[in-house]
Amino acid sequence: MRISRSATLSLRAIALLYLTLLLLLPLAVVFARTFEHGVGAAWDWVTTPAAISAFWLSILCAAIAVPLNTIFGVGAALVLVRGKHRARAVLDSLIDMPFVVSPVIIGLALILVYGQGGWFGSWFLNHGIRIIYAVPGMVLATVFVSLPFVVREVAPVLREIGDEQEQAAFTLGASGWQTFWRITLPSIRWGVAYGVVLTTARALGEIGAVLVVSSNVAGSTLTLPLLVYQRDSQIGGLSTSGAYAAATELAVMSLLVLLVMTVLSPRRNEAE
Amino acid sequence: MLYMSVIVLIPLAAVAVKAFSGGLTTFWQAATSSVAIKALAVTLVVSMLVAAIGAVMGTLVAWVLVRDQFPGKRLINALIDLPFALPTIVAGLTLLALYGPGSPVGVHLAYTRGAVLVALLFVTLPFVVRSVQPVLIELDREVEEAAASLGASNLTTFRRIVLPSLRPSILSGAALAFARSVGEIGSLVLIVGKIQIASIVIFADIESDAPQTAAAVSVVLLLLALIVLVLIRRLGGRVAH
Repeated sequence: MRISRSATLSLRAIALLYLTLLLLLPLAVVFARTFEHGVGAAWDWVTTPAAISAFWLSILCAAIAVPLNTIFGVGAALVLVRGKHRARAVLDSLIDMPFVVSPVIIGLALILVYGQGGWFGSWFLNHGIRIIYAVPGMVLATVFVSLPFVVREVAPVLREIGDEQEQAAFTLGASGWQTFWRITLPSIRWGVAYGVVLTTARALGEIGAVLVVSSNVAGSTLTLPLLVYQRDSQIGGLSTSGAYAAATELAVMSLLVLLVMTVLSPRRNEAE
Repeated sequence: MLYMSVIVLIPLAAVAVKAFSGGLTTFWQAATSSVAIKALAVTLVVSMLVAAIGAVMGTLVAWVLVRDQFPGKRLINALIDLPFALPTIVAGLTLLALYGPGSPVGVHLAYTRGAVLVALLFVTLPFVVRSVQPVLIELDREVEEAAASLGASNLTTFRRIVLPSLRPSILSGAALAFARSVGEIGSLVLIVGKIQIASIVIFADIESDAPQTAAAVSVVLLLLALIVLVLIRRLGGRVAH
């Protein structure tokens, strides 16, 4: 196709305008709002005890969800690509559930199972373990919503590399573990890394499912996204600047994630 | 498999069981209450709009990113992933800051359906772009040139040559955007105001201790979403053959 100069330019203009209105402008406004009372005021908002506790709770949820889902993700991808036919079909249809099901429904599901009067909830409560409206439930919710990322990133890479090298290693007398550590893992490492980054981003940013199972008490069961929500929806708008400050903190964290994604993305394509 | 069951399957089964725990009549009453029907309708219509607009604009953006050359393109390309990296509550707050009360640009979208639409377009932006982009890169340009040299206009070439190859990826991107829109809550909680969206209605039911109603609406929402997804997939499949 030979597209005229003017058509190229107008397409470019439309695309850039759309992205500016949708992505850049809103983000710029939040940054502006955050710092309208100076950097000091914004810093004060993100160093209140509630904000610090929210920061660490977000980190904790991610720190539990990411390793669990990475180990599960690599295992599931192996089953998905190399497994027997039946296990594969079942897993394939189920693995995307957390993406399709609304986070609110996920929260509801967890309440029905682990909450008071739920299937397992009463047993846990009798043993003094509170899951729903407490930190364990929030961790569970985070694990649930961020489950498919590693699987979805690793499975195509595994399919691409084939199993010839693994079989060669096996014929030469390598055990299953040796083959995995020496052959499989090195070839899928960029896929795994990219999946981990996506999982982290989602774990840090999740609000829907966590909102439902949290008791929303500042200082104990608020993650950073919940803190933003709570501060912004407080009556009188006294803490709106606090919401913007916490949002900027999250935005900075996600820009870091984005940076890692950008660095990893070409390597991932190379590996594939 | 055990991990999958504990984390995903058992909880989802619990929702289904709870939805029908009061018998079919109670389920039907909860699912067809005027609030539920209205919320489900709004959610589906808005999500389809998001999928449609996202498909057109996403394809356009992907086209510009692949075929056009301009300074700063790499930066823009990296920014496309921003909605995936940015926590959705921040997305909601950013849109509230820009288009809400005291808006610096004088546009007051907040608490309207327009705001919901914009928020959903924001969070689903990468789906179509990222699914079309690789296909567009791989696309054989010689066929396009052959078409052009045989006298086809740009529009004809695009419609007859380019679009058919892109259609499956556009549709799968739009399907993902649709699925995401149907269930989205994070970016919406701050800007919906009084508009009833399915996920917000479910959330309100949970908060007011009506889990059976919440579960019933959830089941209907899931079924409707699955039906639309299957339809989209059918559409893609038929075109591909």
